[in-house]
Amino acid sequence: MSTRDEIESVEDNGVSLSMNPKKFILWLFIVSIVMIFVSLTSAYIVRQAEGNWKLFELPSIFLYSTIVLLMSSATMHWGYVNAKNDELQKLKIAIGSSLFLGILFLWMQMEGWKELVSNNIFFSFSNPSEAFLYVLTGLHAFHLVSGLIFIIIVLISSFKHNIHAKNLAQYEICLTYWHFLDGLWLYLYIFLMINR
Amino acid sequence: MATVDLQIHSHEVHAHDHHEHHEQSFIRKYIFSEDHKIIAKQFLISGMFWAILGGGMSMLFRLQLGFPDANLDWLKPLLGEWIENGKMNPEFYLALVTMHGTIMVFFVLTAGLSGTFSNFLIPLQIGARDMASGFLNMLSYWFFFASSVIMFVSIFIETGPASGGWVIYPPLSALPQAMSGSGLGMTLWLCSMSLFIVSSLLGSINYITTVINLRTKGMSFLRLPLTIWAFLITAIIGVLSFPVLFSAALLLIFDRSFGTSFYLSEIYIAGEALHNVGGSPVLFQHLFWFLGHPEVYIVLLPALGITSEIIATNSRKPIFGYKAMIGSILGIAFLSFIVWAHHMFVTGMNPFLGSIFMLLTLVIAVPSAVKAFNYIATLWRGNIVFTPAMLFSIGLVSYFISGGLTGLILGNAALDIQLHDTYFVVAHFHLVMGTASFFGMVAGIYHWFPKMFGRMMDARLGYIHFWFTFIGAYLVFFPMHYIGIAGFPRRYYSHTGFDAFSTFTDLNQFISVAAFLTFAVQFLFLFNFIYSIFKGRKASSNPWYSNTLEWTTPVNPGHGNWPGEVPTVYRWPYDYSKVGADDDFIPQNVPLSATLSSNLEHEKDLQKVEQIDISSPNAQ
Ligand code: HEM
Ligand SMILES: [Cu+2]
Repeated sequence: MSTRDEIESVEDNGVSLSMNPKKFILWLFIVSIVMIFVSLTSAYIVRQAEGNWKLFELPSIFLYSTIVLLMSSATMHWGYVNAKNDELQKLKIAIGSSLFLGILFLWMQMEGWKELVSNNIFFSFSNPSEAFLYVLTGLHAFHLVSGLIFIIIVLISSFKHNIHAKNLAQYEICLTYWHFLDGLWLYLYIFLMINR
Repeated sequence: MATVDLQIHSHEVHAHDHHEHHEQSFIRKYIFSEDHKIIAKQFLISGMFWAILGGGMSMLFRLQLGFPDANLDWLKPLLGEWIENGKMNPEFYLALVTMHGTIMVFFVLTAGLSGTFSNFLIPLQIGARDMASGFLNMLSYWFFFASSVIMFVSIFIETGPASGGWVIYPPLSALPQAMSGSGLGMTLWLCSMSLFIVSSLLGSINYITTVINLRTKGMSFLRLPLTIWAFLITAIIGVLSFPVLFSAALLLIFDRSFGTSFYLSEIYIAGEALHNVGGSPVLFQHLFWFLGHPEVYIVLLPALGITSEIIATNSRKPIFGYKAMIGSILGIAFLSFIVWAHHMFVTGMNPFLGSIFMLLTLVIAVPSAVKAFNYIATLWRGNIVFTPAMLFSIGLVSYFISGGLTGLILGNAALDIQLHDTYFVVAHFHLVMGTASFFGMVAGIYHWFPKMFGRMMDARLGYIHFWFTFIGAYLVFFPMHYIGIAGFPRRYYSHTGFDAFSTFTDLNQFISVAAFLTFAVQFLFLFNFIYSIFKGRKASSNPWYSNTLEWTTPVNPGHGNWPGEVPTVYRWPYDYSKVGADDDFIPQNVPLSATLSSNLEHEKDLQKVEQIDISSPNAQ
């Protein structure tokens, strides 16, 4: 090790690298969720390459649900700006509307599954392509529920005035998670559109 | 005013009165504890419990393999209906093998090893008061506990526990009609393992966060003990691979209970066609081994890290090739994700793909050899202190080498086609993974026992334990190579049905007897362990004259680990037998300015920086 490196490593005493441990934990959670979906979508592609694959149409409502979810991400972000400026009233509105849009998204997904069923695309007793469709969208919805619970917690904090410019960590974590769930859906939606 | 406020509420003061002023209730302190040291002990005790159970199961099936004609009626009180007319029920044999594998790989060598030592050592060696999140850490243990309970219950149900092998390949594991263990037993296996995955993820996430964020002042990455490097990389492997096992298990659950066909296709049972069409059982193998291969390193790397630390300390020499060791850990970790298909050479994969996986597999030999070489070079002409921990560490190196060599043979697709699913594979992984990691775990217990319990384990019993186990395990696993080369398949209930294998009856008997003896000796260790907790010789705070930070804590480190300030780190952890130093070791918290006579050229410059640091007014 050269002297320069040593000196630098004395100064790099761990403090410079650290971020809020809770945020770090969240990122690692995200990594493990990503691995679940990476493995499932890889399995999907591998299985598709083997043939005997039934083509399906995605429910048309998924396009609108995608837009709704994107909007919820936007309102979440708007909330962040408000929190930073200590606009606590607007903050509550932002969180509330994100919650509403998130629930709306879930409901639209449910409608989507109903549409699938009416098109004779089933989870059980079906071709793996169809089952995969339910697994991917269902598992995403499952994670989205966890995100909604998180938003509810944040909403409660905001009513207790625990979120403001000096206390953003919890909101930031929730925001990151929600953006992630949004991005995850976008990935799945595009993936499923391309690889039917 | 505000700044003054902040000063007073600085970390140290806060942590200090936190652990002096309020006594926690018994439950909070020892059961639902958030203290990493208690959680480590919880993992240790649970792991030992599982080790005895898993080991005991292997005694039962060794009995069957070594003495297929013996009358086993005397086991009836223990096994009840599983003994029929003096013979072990064949399905029960399969259940035993499956449970043995699952328990040993996951419950003992993953949870018991990583759970114990990552929890115990990470905060102590990096200079942190506790894990990043004590709460998640506690959850991690209790998820493991719940998973353990479910697995334990599954052993006692009427249809028997899961029996399709620890790798639970479908369709065998997917169809309850296939064997009785694939009914409720398999369902419980899947529930238990799902909880286990959650536990393992919570643990790993915490370990990574702690190592990266909570190092004490001066503890740069290149000053971390190799144990910490090993735990860190193990945790990263875990975060990346366990979710994949979850995916595999999830699809299997759907196939079993929800009528999907991910892994099932065109199966006839008793002349009747099942409805499942379009699934692929090989898909499961891909998903499983994408976890499965990294998993073997999750099991091994912590043991290697522990060994590095023990060998350096007890050779009284710096570890040879510190950076090469880090590099090889990283290399192994990276490669472990791209070799999984070497477990699947006989699944009819494209031969070209097979060659690629073969090449990548054989490349792993390079970082592995670097590690083995560095251990030997560290030992070379060292001033070796043969503590029991040291002996077990040297034993680990021996097993790692002899088991790794057979890995090279198996890694050749052409050879593996003959050897796959024979006892040769059993010999390979029991040497390189089973025994080596077990030795690492035991070495770790002997070495850190004084810090865990404030007392010493008895060394003489330790020596006896070592020699019997070392020789015994070789006697058990080495002959398996021959049986395997002769083509005897693993997981077969009995070899007496095949003339070709009757020549091996004696050898099988020999293995079984060696196994019984080796298992029996472990109770000596258990006795030593329990006895020493209560009656062992009192330990000093640094009994091995070691450099790492955990030895700067009091004999019984309390909540928060250091009574005063957390020590600052000024050097790497391997300053043993440094020329010109007063002692043959210099702990990491000794400033360079205190060791002027032994400082190397570049450290002289560093020492100046250090002094500026100390004398400057805003130094903490
Ligand atoms: C030079 C390094 C290594 C190579 C080239 C290698 C290669 C292989 C190959 C090709 C197999 C598949 C054999 C078969 O099923 O036909 C195998 C099995 C196995 N290896 Fe290794 N290995 C190496 C090191 C290790 C290490 C370090 C561990 C554990 C710490 C390990 C644990 C296992 C296990 C557990 C199995 C068997 C899994 C099972 O089928 O139940 N190997 N190895
Ligand atoms: Cu492997």
